[in-house]
This record gives sequence, C-alpha cells and structure tokens, in this order.
Amino acid sequence: MWDELQFAFALTVSGLSIGLMYSLIALGFVLVYKATEAINFAQGEFVMLAGFVAAVVLAAKGMPVLAGVAAAVAVMVAFSFALERVVLRPLLGRPIIAVIMATIGLGAMLRGLPPITVGGETRAVSLNIGDLPIGIGPASLPPIQILGVVVTLIFLGLFTWFFMKSRMGVAMRAVADNQQVAMAMGINVERYFALAWAMAGIVSALGGVIWGSMLGVDVHLALVGLKVFPVVILGGLDSIVGAVIGGLIVGLVESLAAGYLDPYVGGGTKDFAPYVLMIIALMFKPYGMFGTHRIERV
Amino acid sequence: MFHRESGVYKTTYAADMALYPLPVARWTVAAVILLFAVVLPLSLHDYYLSIINLSLIAIVGALGLNILVGYTGQISVGHAAFMSVGAYTAANLAVKLGLPFWVTLPAGGLMAALVGAIVGIPSLRIKGLYLAIATLAGQLIIEWIINHTPAISGGAQASIQVPRPELWGYQLRTQGQLYFFLLFFAALAILATLNLVRSRIGRAFVAIRDQDIAAEIIGINIYRYKLLAFAISSFYAGVCGVLYTYYFGIANYEAFQIGVSIDYLAMIIIGGLGSVLGSILGAVFVTMLPIVLRLSMEPLAGLFFSAGEMSSVIASTRLVLFGALIILFLVVEPEGLNRLWRNIRNYFRVWPFSY
Repeated sequence: MWDELQFAFALTVSGLSIGLMYSLIALGFVLVYKATEAINFAQGEFVMLAGFVAAVVLAAKGMPVLAGVAAAVAVMVAFSFALERVVLRPLLGRPIIAVIMATIGLGAMLRGLPPITVGGETRAVSLNIGDLPIGIGPASLPPIQILGVVVTLIFLGLFTWFFMKSRMGVAMRAVADNQQVAMAMGINVERYFALAWAMAGIVSALGGVIWGSMLGVDVHLALVGLKVFPVVILGGLDSIVGAVIGGLIVGLVESLAAGYLDPYVGGGTKDFAPYVLMIIALMFKPYGMFGTHRIERV
Repeated sequence: MFHRESGVYKTTYAADMALYPLPVARWTVAAVILLFAVVLPLSLHDYYLSIINLSLIAIVGALGLNILVGYTGQISVGHAAFMSVGAYTAANLAVKLGLPFWVTLPAGGLMAALVGAIVGIPSLRIKGLYLAIATLAGQLIIEWIINHTPAISGGAQASIQVPRPELWGYQLRTQGQLYFFLLFFAALAILATLNLVRSRIGRAFVAIRDQDIAAEIIGINIYRYKLLAFAISSFYAGVCGVLYTYYFGIANYEAFQIGVSIDYLAMIIIGGLGSVLGSILGAVFVTMLPIVLRLSMEPLAGLFFSAGEMSSVIASTRLVLFGALIILFLVVEPEGLNRLWRNIRNYFRVWPFSY
C-alpha cells in the first residue's frame, strides 16, 4: 500500500514538472495566437532550431553556458521577426488553412535544414548543473527538470506582470482584442505583432535549451511540439493561465498513463493518452477551460 | 483542354457545366486516352512507368483530399491514417480470407470511409485550427491503434505481405501490367470527381466551404454533407492505400505516417485547392520532386558528402525544398499550378494579341 502511494507520488511529481516544461513551449504558441491570431504548427521545430543553435555554440571549447543561451535567444528572436515579415504578413486576411499550411511547410523546412548544414547527429547541450537526481520526499527529479520548472515559473511571473501592469502589455492586449480599434487608439499594431513573435522566440529558445539538454538535440526534438496541441486545446488557445493548467494536466496524464497503462498495452501510451483527452475536450468544451468563446455571424 | 475558342456562347447552366465545353474537346480527351492507354505503355521503359505508377496512386489520394479540403473547406491532417486503414483492411482480407482485389479494394475504401466519418464527427462542432488539430489527433490515434493491435497489423513488424492482384487467373506482376491496373482506377477516380463536383452534392460542398452558416440557412444539411465529405474523401484515401499496398506487395504503417499526410496537403496546395486538374498536377509534381532531386543531386552532392550520408542529405533537401515550395505557392500563387496553367491558356487564347 505504502509502495503504491509512493509510486503514485513519484509519477505525479515527475508528471507535473514535465507538464510545466510543456507549458513553457505552449506559451510560445499562445502568445502568438493571442496577439496576432496566427497559428504556429512549427512550434516544435522552433524549439529544435534553438536547441541546435545552443548545441553548436556550446560545442566550441570554453564557451560559457550563458553564451549558448544568449545565442539561441538572439537567433530565435531574429528568426521570428523575419518569419513574421516574410511569410505571415503576406498571408494576413487569407483563410486560416493558408497560415496552418505555411507553418507546416516551415516546419518541414526547419526539420530538413540541420542535416544538410551542421549534420544530423544527436548533440548534447551541457548546462553544467550535474545529473544527480534531487530528492523531493519519496520522489526524485533530475536537476534539469527542476531548472525547467524554475524557468517556466519565472517566465509565467514575467508575462503575467507584463500583460497586467506594463504599458506595452496592455497595448498588446488591446491589439489582441480588436486590431482596428487598437489602431484607432494610436497603437502601432505591426510593432506589437513583431513583439509577440519576438517573445515567442525567447520562450522557444529557452524551451530548446532545456528540452535539448534533457533529450539531446537532433531532428526528433521537434516532436516535443506535438504535445503543444493537447496543452493549448485543454487550456484554451489564447489563455496564458490555460497553457499552464493544460500543461500540468497533459504532463500528469502522460506520466500516470505511462506508469499504470504501459505494462498492459505494450508501451507508447505516453504519446497517445494526451490526444485522447484532447479529443474528449474538443467534443465537449472546444474552446478549452480558459479560452475565449467565439460567436460567428454570417 | 488544348483548343482555342472564339468566344463564350454558353446560354444555359447545363452547357456551362458540361464535361466537354465544346465538341472539339472530345478529340482532346480521346487523344489523352490514346496517349495514356497505348503510346506511353508501349514506348516507355519500366523505370519511367514505375514513376507514372506512383503518380497514378498519388492522384487518387490527392483527389480525395481535395474534395475535403479544396471543395468542402474542412482541413484534414490525417489523410495518411485513412490510407493505412484501407491498406490494412485490404491486406487482412486478401491474406486471411484470400479475397480477390475487386472485393478488397472497395472494402478497404468503405472501411476507410467509415473511420473517416467517425474522425469527421468533431467537424460538426469545430472548424479551422481546431479541426486541424482534431484530425492530427485522429492520425496519431489510428497509427497507434494499428501499431498496437497484432490482429490488424500482423505482428511485430506491423507489416503484411500481400499477393499481387489477379485478373482472370493472370497475376499482374510487371510495371506494365500494374500500369494498366492503376491507370484504370486513377481514371475512374478522376471521372468520379469531375462528376461529383458538378452535382448537387458538389455544389453543397462548395457552399459549405464558402460560408457554412449561410449554407445551413439556404437549406443545406451541413451535418450530413460535412460527414459525407469526410466519408468520400476517406474512401478515396482508402482506395489509394489499397492500390499502394497492391503495388508494393506489402502493407506497412511506416508508409502512412504524418509526413505522408503533409505530402498530400502539399500536393493539393501546390496543384491548386478546389480543382481536379490541380490535384493531378500537384500529385505528379510532388511524386516527381524527390526523383528529379536525386538525379540532379547525386553527381553534385558527391563532392561535399560521403556516400553514406547521401540518402539522408537528399531526404533532408527534399524536406527543405518541399517546405519552401509550400510557402512560396501560398504567398505568391495561392491557386497553384492549376492557375499557372489557366494563365498560359488565357495567354494563348488571344494570341498574338495581348487581350
């Protein structure tokens, strides 16, 4: 009995911490969708790209860890700016499928790039924080997961403050609410689009460094992006709180499914359970727990 | 297709919708049939026939996806999963019950249609992005179920060997024989689609694409037609999967993963959404792309990469080129190759004058 409880507790702790790390990536998706209504199907590839940048920079001898992180952030911000300018702005006002397909195409491009430029082998991103698990009661977590949780919580705090208190955050909320009215109030909407993409770039960069150092950087790192969809659907596409709660739920479900179901069905429920949960959510609460309901008119 | 008319003289809707816009078009169609049924199989080497065969299979799948995405406006990222449903249904029927292809082929299509209609149920409540994600979930869940059910997937390798199709006691083995087999079904699919989209059902699909609430108000039962679109599209996908299985002699889930779904979406976007000719052009284009790429890259890339890296380098280059093409077409020419072809025709229609 006691063993059972300990097992459940360990699964819960590890699931919640992984879930918060999913939230970090999902934040990038939510920020962009909230401000610009653009849908980024290449979020996983963003994370992969950041991981590759960090891994390549850190591979040089004597590079401090911070230089790798800074390089990843810089590249991702520049990349997101360029993407918004070159690809997404011409697609403004076009059907939603155009944006979805453009980001799917972008994802394919990003997955193809590393093997022909820097080589496709798996790389390590070493953050020099050791890999001895740290105990929390009966459960234990590797330090990288604890770092991931801490980084996510810090960014959540920052974003909450930004959107609630800062002048730019309020302007961004206005842009998200109604672009035309925001323009009429003298807000430079295009600048805030760029800002939203830059913020998504920063979040993806940190996600890339953390997930990259946990899983190793190669093309398969982009598969993390597949977990973004259950997270944002459960939480609501345009809600930051939703991304966090959705992430926690997905992490928890995944961990419990892997712990309790895998022995019976032969593995792989980890990737499967969140999607079943998501389908159920789509059928009964398509706008998620915290998402904005849309009313459509002819 | 290749004629030049002197003006538009159509006075009725029926004339405007006719398959042959002018009597001369019959001769074009006859010439195309002659080319594909006699000239090509007699003159081409087996290698080139195999490329055409792959294109023919892709045409069936692309037509199906275009009915759903291009005509009905319901996005689906799970097309490959429906192909796998068709493929495994046919493979199991053919191997376990020894049924001939003219039973397994429709059976595979119908099974895929059933599964497609089930995956399409969320489309009744959600659309756009939500539907894309729901069909993505459908793809992953179907893949997982097939992979984890030995009764469907045939054991550890998740692949089933299938005997080649048999017709009147003859087994179709060579590329030439399979060519006629595939050509028949591709032609059937093209004809069926051409007729479907100019029927009442096709017009209902287009109305739903343009504005589904407005379509409902003018009396179209959108629940019925959305599910019908999913079912028809998945039927095509299932048939495509069955043809694929018979062509390669093996049903394997690895041929129907999420990347294949994206390939098919790329086909209809590059070819042109909501157009039969576009589906055909896109399917041929996307099938040829890796082949042309390999031919053109092998001599050049040898200078930079070792032989071992070559296949992964070519696969990656294909991905990059592919993504770039999707983005390029979306940004520059959203109506795809079909529109380019129409522009060329319009130019020559008034040639040598500019308008």
